Amino acid sequence: MPQVILKTHDGQENIAEGITGDNLMSVATSNNVAGIDGDCGGSCACGTCHIFVSDDWIHSLPPPSTMEQAMLAMRPDRQENSRLACQIELTDTMDGFAATMPEYQM
Amino acid sequence: MTNISNSYTPPDPYSLHLEDIDVSNPRLYETWAHHKYFKRLREEAPIHYCKESPFGPFWSVTRMEDIKYVDSHHELFSSFPCSLIGDFAEGESLANFIFMDPPEHDLQRLAVQPVVAPQNLKQLEGLIRERAGRILDDLPIGETFDLVPRVSIELTTQMLATLFDFPFQDRHKLTYWSDCAVGTPELAGGTDIDREERWAALTDCLQAFAAIWKQREGQPAGYDLISLLQSNDATREMINYPETFLGNILLLIVGGNDTTRNSITGGVLALNAFPQEYNKLRNNPALIPGMVSEIIRWQTPLSHHRRRATQDTEIRGQKIKAGDKVVMWWASANRDCDAIDNPEAFIIDRPNIRQHASFGFGIHRCMGNRLAEMQLRIVWEELLRRFRLVEVVGDPVRTCNNHINGYLSLPVKVHAW
Repeated sequence: MPQVILKTHDGQENIAEGITGDNLMSVATSNNVAGIDGDCGGSCACGTCHIFVSDDWIHSLPPPSTMEQAMLAMRPDRQENSRLACQIELTDTMDGFAATMPEYQM
Repeated sequence: MTNISNSYTPPDPYSLHLEDIDVSNPRLYETWAHHKYFKRLREEAPIHYCKESPFGPFWSVTRMEDIKYVDSHHELFSSFPCSLIGDFAEGESLANFIFMDPPEHDLQRLAVQPVVAPQNLKQLEGLIRERAGRILDDLPIGETFDLVPRVSIELTTQMLATLFDFPFQDRHKLTYWSDCAVGTPELAGGTDIDREERWAALTDCLQAFAAIWKQREGQPAGYDLISLLQSNDATREMINYPETFLGNILLLIVGGNDTTRNSITGGVLALNAFPQEYNKLRNNPALIPGMVSEIIRWQTPLSHHRRRATQDTEIRGQKIKAGDKVVMWWASANRDCDAIDNPEAFIIDRPNIRQHASFGFGIHRCMGNRLAEMQLRIVWEELLRRFRLVEVVGDPVRTCNNHINGYLSLPVKVHAW
């Protein structure tokens, strides 16, 4: 099972293990990672699983959909590497995937 | 929003023809009968057409899944120029982003959103807690009093005044303006504020905030909402656009007023209706943040938001025409057993407790959700610190309104530890 690293805004590492095919939001919440809420249950409709994907990984992901871009556009803290974790599907090649969480989800 | 009659009993929804059901009737909410009506619609006509109502014909969307779909597809379902079931009278609309579509919506929302960012809210938590504590310390132990004016309204009004750094002695004006903004019959079925009174109040509100804005210009920036608007590049000129300025100020007032007020009252009612949950809470105050989400679901302080189809479209095989009103009933989604296990029950530690519909979905999702959660968390932390029990000792009187799902009074007694 691939392991991913989700860092808090101040650098603390959380390691979460997930099943291939799961989305990254549910991987985080099922591993009780504080800092990912997923209030809409993974429908790309709340923006509370916002993450900043590390430089090493951002380009290996499929680009965000129009709906994800619309939700990300609502984040005042949006960066170029912003994504919604619920829209990222865990694959076998993602072992070691790393992202940082914002200080607050909004 | 006064209660107009205590004697009305709505008909059993199962005694009506499906096509005659009109869930816009504000009395359904006043009598808490709406849940039964929505249960029937979810089961038999989840996308339901009401051909005639005081607000014109409209579609009702009642299941969680479909509401997420409508709310997330703003290109198909527009919020302009109003997202309540009714319509503004000619020339009396409010310009704020919840009544807009992209791209205008995105620009304006992004400008105002930092004002309620959690980083800023943190700065206000201490003052809000201190003022809340003072109100609760004044409550008479063991005597019956009305929770709504004494606690729910007073707490929310003081919190609003704190957020705006509004002159404290005039704080009740904020509540009045908020009531006027959405309390008129043509918007959502409220009953006692006419258009003339509403417009006079809103003009008064604009003048008061324009004066505060001018007075605060050039002062060292604080953490109140006005100072934050003034220190943000995107909003610092807002005063020059009175319609936008008023629209956004009212959005912040209304958004933070009735919703929190009615969730405070609703929480007391829910805990009394489910005493085993009150026990859980007493034994484990760490459950408060989760309970706050459950209160917001159980109460659903805003029953609906409305869209208008931008083109002919279809949901669950129902053919919706361009221009049709499409109402998302969040009150119904929050009782949808396909989305929430045992939705009638109030359970303060249920799994996925944050996954309710009360904040909406998509780009219009509630901007002040963290503020609301913080306020309710503080209220319950301070209530629990002082009182073993806030006991409901009589029936609530509810608002007659299909948008604001709230309370006019609730007799209670507080009991010390």
